[in-house]
Amino acid sequence: MSGSTIKVIIGPQHPALKEPERFILETEGEYVVDVKVRIGYIHRGIEKAMENRTYLQGLYLSERVCGICSDAHTTCYVQGVEELLGVEPPPRSRFIRVVVAELERIHSHLLWLGIAAHEIGFDTLFMYVWRDREIVMDLLEIVSGNRVHYATNTIGGVRRDLNDEKIHKILKGLKTLEDRAKEYLKMIQKEQTVLKRTVNVGILSKSDAIKYGAVGPTVRASGVKRDVRADDPYAAYDEIPFNVIVEDGCDCLARIMVRSREVLESIHIIREALKRMPGGEIRVRVKPRIPPAEALSRVEAPRGELLYYIRSNGTDKPERCKIRTPTLANIPSLCKMLVGGYIADVPIVLAGIDPCFACMDRVLVIDREKREAKVWTLDMLRRYGREWYRKR
Amino acid sequence: MIPTARLGLLRWARRRSPWIIHFNTGGCNGCDIELLAALTPKYDVERFGILLKGSPRHADILAVTGPVTNQTRDRLLRIYEQMPEPKYVIAIGTCAVSGAPFWDCYNVVGGVDKLFPVDVYVPGCPPRPEAIIQGFVKLLEKMEAEEDE
Repeated sequence: MSGSTIKVIIGPQHPALKEPERFILETEGEYVVDVKVRIGYIHRGIEKAMENRTYLQGLYLSERVCGICSDAHTTCYVQGVEELLGVEPPPRSRFIRVVVAELERIHSHLLWLGIAAHEIGFDTLFMYVWRDREIVMDLLEIVSGNRVHYATNTIGGVRRDLNDEKIHKILKGLKTLEDRAKEYLKMIQKEQTVLKRTVNVGILSKSDAIKYGAVGPTVRASGVKRDVRADDPYAAYDEIPFNVIVEDGCDCLARIMVRSREVLESIHIIREALKRMPGGEIRVRVKPRIPPAEALSRVEAPRGELLYYIRSNGTDKPERCKIRTPTLANIPSLCKMLVGGYIADVPIVLAGIDPCFACMDRVLVIDREKREAKVWTLDMLRRYGREWYRKR
Repeated sequence: MIPTARLGLLRWARRRSPWIIHFNTGGCNGCDIELLAALTPKYDVERFGILLKGSPRHADILAVTGPVTNQTRDRLLRIYEQMPEPKYVIAIGTCAVSGAPFWDCYNVVGGVDKLFPVDVYVPGCPPRPEAIIQGFVKLLEKMEAEEDE
């Protein structure tokens, strides 16, 4: 190996999915030796815009921070505002929040499983998973009236109640989902197409996961039992028994396993929540003006810990609203995972943290010695990964 | 000069294989997952010959989701310029149509039509896959009408 390193630039344009972001990979031969991340393409200025909107208007804006985990964002936001107000949402609304949050987790994890399969060149699994994901999308539509932005939460409770007919439909849909999810779980553990590309790829050791502050399924795949639902219960999670899914593999396979098993656990949580759901009101009325106070709210979004900090100043608009999303918390660990790995593994490792930006359409390969630049698309990188593994 | 017969073949081919390139200019992913859902088995826009492509040079239709931010503005223009003629633009979601909930954000330029002409607008937050399919069908009808002239 000569001393020359090659810079591989990934992003910011990405045609298949999600937001634009840029990664600059320093490579030596087939190995990645350094990673630089340039974020901010998606910056819209939501935190500033929150200051110009009333608390109720801010709710709808917080939902539009992310379309995949929109319910986690609104739950976190309303919990913060409820804390500022000193209002307790009615018990029934807390259970409905759990049901929607877990349905969203299932949809997000299935979406991710499909994308991960696509990244390792297993498009059949991608299509199968996305077909089955439509079941949970239909359930979310039954519960909330919309497929993506559910608008279920409101300050002081939830907006829509569940009746027996809806509950019956949810339970029926969950049965089908459970069968499919079990099948996928069984298949993933045996299928060589998956194992060959994910075992011992993108290693993040337990100590590194703690050191770099990883969150969500990423940290749980490294053997650390960390889950806001269990550590700092919100909504009705303290009244529902459930297991925190932990895997010790520390690699991409462990991340796939954690998410697949969490789908089954979420199905269990929804069933328990529906069984234990009390009757009564679903919402309490609140005043629009909030006295000066500050609140910190945490929820376990599908990708990990989501954090909102809100400060009020006596008016009907917040003075400051700070949002920290799980993807940002996972970026240092992502850089650690990429370093020392093969270029061919970059797509699956990037997808491994379930980034909310996953952007790697365009790759620019620059040979420093020859001063040549080649533009690669994501398709080329993906094809390169497949070819490279076939030759080995 | 292309002979008329071959021109007819070109039109026929283009109508039956309108490949798309998708670019998220700063959206929340909501429209993106719905666009992707439209490509997967349940909705399956591939029956219209629509395929998602990675390179702007292979694409006929630019599908834009999200409000245009200052950071992605130049990249979006570059993608639009790289696409071969004739090119069509479809704005998916209210953000791409007008900037919608982010209309007053300091880093948001606004809707896509501030930068270049848009052929079909698909409003909704996010539009359902059915609405996206209808948008594509409208665009195909428009392509056909233009070619008949």
